[in-house]
Amino acid sequence: MRRLLAILCCYVVASMVSVQANEPVAAINDNNVTPTVPASTEITQTEADTVSVEGLLVTLTKVKLSKALPVLKQLEKVGGAQILPMFESMLAGDLYFVKSSKEVVAVTKVNGEITAQAILTQQSLGQLDSSLVKKIRVNNKLRGYLRQAIARLQISNSDPAIRLDAVKALLKNLSDETVATLTSVRPNEGDEDVLSMIDLALALNQSNSAIAHERLAAVKVLADSLENEARNKLTKLADNDSDAKVKAAASKALKSINQRIEFYGFIDQLFFGLSLGSVLLLAAIGLAITFGVMGVINMAHGEMIMLGAYTTYVVQLMMPNAIEYSLWVAIPMAFLVSGLVGVLIERGVIRHLHGRPLETLLATFGISLILQQLVRTVFSPLNRQVASPEWISGSLEINPILSLTLNRLYILAFALLVFGLLLIVLRKTSLGLNVRAVSQNRDMAKAMGIKTDWVDAMTFGLGSGIAGIAGVALSQLTNVGPNLGQAYIIDSFMVVVFGGVGNLWGTLVAAFSLGIANKFLEPVTGAVLASIIVLVFIILFIQKRPKGLFPQKGRAAE
Amino acid sequence: MKLKSIAAGVALSLGASVISISAMAAETIKVGVLHSLSGTMAISETTLKDTVLMMVEEQNKKGGLLGKQLEAVVVDPASNWPLFAEKTRELLTKEEVDVIFGCWTSVSRKSALPVLEELNGLMFYPVQYEGEESSKNVFYTGAAPNQQAIPAVDYLANDLEVERWVLAGTDYVYPRTTNKILEAYLKSKGVAAEDIMINYTPFGHSDWQSIVSDIKKFGSEGKKTAVVSTINGDANVPFYKELGNQGISSEDIPVVAFSVGEEELSGLDTKPLVGHLAAWNYFQSVENDANSAFIKQWKAHTSEERVTNDPMEATYIGFNMWANAVTKAGTTEVDAVEQAMIGQKTPNLTGGVAVMNKNHHLSKPVLIGEIQDNGQFEVVWETDGVVAGDAWSDFLPGSKSLVSDWTSPTKCGNYNTETKECIAAK
Repeated sequence: MRRLLAILCCYVVASMVSVQANEPVAAINDNNVTPTVPASTEITQTEADTVSVEGLLVTLTKVKLSKALPVLKQLEKVGGAQILPMFESMLAGDLYFVKSSKEVVAVTKVNGEITAQAILTQQSLGQLDSSLVKKIRVNNKLRGYLRQAIARLQISNSDPAIRLDAVKALLKNLSDETVATLTSVRPNEGDEDVLSMIDLALALNQSNSAIAHERLAAVKVLADSLENEARNKLTKLADNDSDAKVKAAASKALKSINQRIEFYGFIDQLFFGLSLGSVLLLAAIGLAITFGVMGVINMAHGEMIMLGAYTTYVVQLMMPNAIEYSLWVAIPMAFLVSGLVGVLIERGVIRHLHGRPLETLLATFGISLILQQLVRTVFSPLNRQVASPEWISGSLEINPILSLTLNRLYILAFALLVFGLLLIVLRKTSLGLNVRAVSQNRDMAKAMGIKTDWVDAMTFGLGSGIAGIAGVALSQLTNVGPNLGQAYIIDSFMVVVFGGVGNLWGTLVAAFSLGIANKFLEPVTGAVLASIIVLVFIILFIQKRPKGLFPQKGRAAE
Repeated sequence: MKLKSIAAGVALSLGASVISISAMAAETIKVGVLHSLSGTMAISETTLKDTVLMMVEEQNKKGGLLGKQLEAVVVDPASNWPLFAEKTRELLTKEEVDVIFGCWTSVSRKSALPVLEELNGLMFYPVQYEGEESSKNVFYTGAAPNQQAIPAVDYLANDLEVERWVLAGTDYVYPRTTNKILEAYLKSKGVAAEDIMINYTPFGHSDWQSIVSDIKKFGSEGKKTAVVSTINGDANVPFYKELGNQGISSEDIPVVAFSVGEEELSGLDTKPLVGHLAAWNYFQSVENDANSAFIKQWKAHTSEERVTNDPMEATYIGFNMWANAVTKAGTTEVDAVEQAMIGQKTPNLTGGVAVMNKNHHLSKPVLIGEIQDNGQFEVVWETDGVVAGDAWSDFLPGSKSLVSDWTSPTKCGNYNTETKECIAAK
């Protein structure tokens, strides 16, 4: 076994140092739209004078991108709250106009079918042909303006959460006008969070005051906030305020804020480590069964993960209108597909090589190449696009400094769930009992009437199926391409070997400790060096303890 | 008897046709294509092989060159860097090609270079690269750092008022050299060292959490921040996804990329990328008659959903210039063509005229585009005129005093203007 591990390590090192491709990886596009520059029509003074919302919208369809900002400003001024839906669709990139009538519409695209809605009246115009409408384009400058404008317009929204976001957005760019608006809405504000955010905004403004004690009062308010703007303002005050008292108060406030930031930064890093650990766990857990329990060195394990990811892609192709639910369909499908392929590999190849680990290694390596090429031939060598459902995107904001990305959070929970289920299967079901019996003493199990062939196939299928499930999760994090599996096979072996072959709990501990170690090293050493250090550590560790963190004890270990 | 004469007749006609075939073969001009058709780079390089084949076909329709037909000789170096040298040798000695269009990665070019110089071959290299090289036997039709990276940084600094810089790249020669040049350039512009953050990641990096969170922290200190990305290939998708998930929008922290083009975008959902930037010499979305014709021809040659990109335009320009140079020189002999190349002018696909300079680099316009949700770019800025490619960066201490000039009497790829001598000749 030790020799095999040495071979594996060599393989790992070799594949880490091998020079890889270094330029863009491309894929086929289904877009051939070449946007045209609209005829340049400047808004002349006379046009700007006779403004109506309708008139301005028509102007917007004609002006150049670089000249659109003044039109939008006019629109905000003239239109007020009624312009909000238009700004929102423009920000989302859904604002179009009908070429013939110049009517501005919000567009929803489903499967290339376009449904339009008149922007001011919200009246549905039904389905339109995509050649009849043209997009009203936006750039970063306009998007920045639109976000601010939307915030201004939403400041008296009935939903406190929206009001809170609006005030937050305004913090970035406090003009006299916004301060005036905020002061005017403050007395009527009922929600506590919004109120303190408005106070923060006003304090930010107040900290520019020429009077020292006003600045001092502002510092007191700013000291309680973790918002970036407050911290930056305090840094400025602590560095170069003319008044010594203000300076001292600001640096004191800054110190306590920095302490809190450090604390949350630590939690953040811990979360990153756990999240990386959960990915490692998912990738390795299937291998913990095929390699750990059965003792088969399965180099095609990564390709089982890849098949799971491609299953997700195919499922999404089949249900384009229900991407939200596609993952729930993909999980059992991926389990079946990868599991079935696993059973086929076991029946077709591995069982004939029983007890010959080197040959198994070579044969499964060959299978992994065959599977990669198969996917290249069927799906093309280009990466496939797997969409992320809405509910898995974004992040959970705990405070202005600490926010946890949702996809990572879900995957962490999912990895633990899969781990728990697997543990139950191995401990509490008759299949699990048989698997353990066969892996401990094959001949004895056979003598007891256990169909070892069948158990082998099922175990391998289970391990491969779980790899398939890992593929579904990974499709949400990384590229779905023929090489997906290769990126994870090394990590998977590393985790299983480090944790102790044949021990599921060892796999869990190893995955999370490697993940956390990696993430705590990364800020110090950089990503490249961090993974090298971890690898070197594992090699040394295995020299010292060849059986990993939690070696199996007793006769079964022999 | 009758049988015998028939046999003789057959033999004769066979012989005749063999002669005519070999006569035909002597009549063609051979164009070598040295792009990986398998392995990891196949995805990008196959496109360029198709472009060269399309150009050859087009030229043959126009009657070939010097009254001869062109014949493409395609070899597959399989994304295997040492194999690039072997295949170059095979093309030059066995196939005896007159010109080679090829290579993508810098390491593959470096591998082929010694063979080209030894056998006096001629190669056109169509990809943006890190500079610091000029060979008599290579024409560089992609962008040098001063034709992509430096204008992009200028745009961010002047138009978007960026004051803090994250230079993020994949860990290999192109990003490292480019970032070295950019760092020196930014410092020369008065950017303080603490306002520059440099980060390298391995190939295919997929766990961007901590780096993106570092970027977020770096950008939260009150100064406008931008990311200059030389991140390559696969790693871009999870990078942009993580940016989106951590709530960093393109207005907060724009990312300008040098390796993300139309072809790269077509593999991914561009929603989270909208508003981020890329700097190139060509975008498919540029409205121009020559460009529309090129796109139409490309789609007819391949398929309707294919896109065009910057290295394709570089191949297009390189091929046209070579064809003109051969016509001008009246021969395909390397030394004559090499001299005829210098000063060649050919229209860009984006309007204007590309000129081949004395240092074997092109003068081209630089464009900056914002990513749109249809996977195309919207040009938001471009240089006033063309920018001449600089082989040796003026911002690196080692290459500041070097120039490349392949015309008489200098004829040197790395002439030191201070010591007045050619380093290569020593």
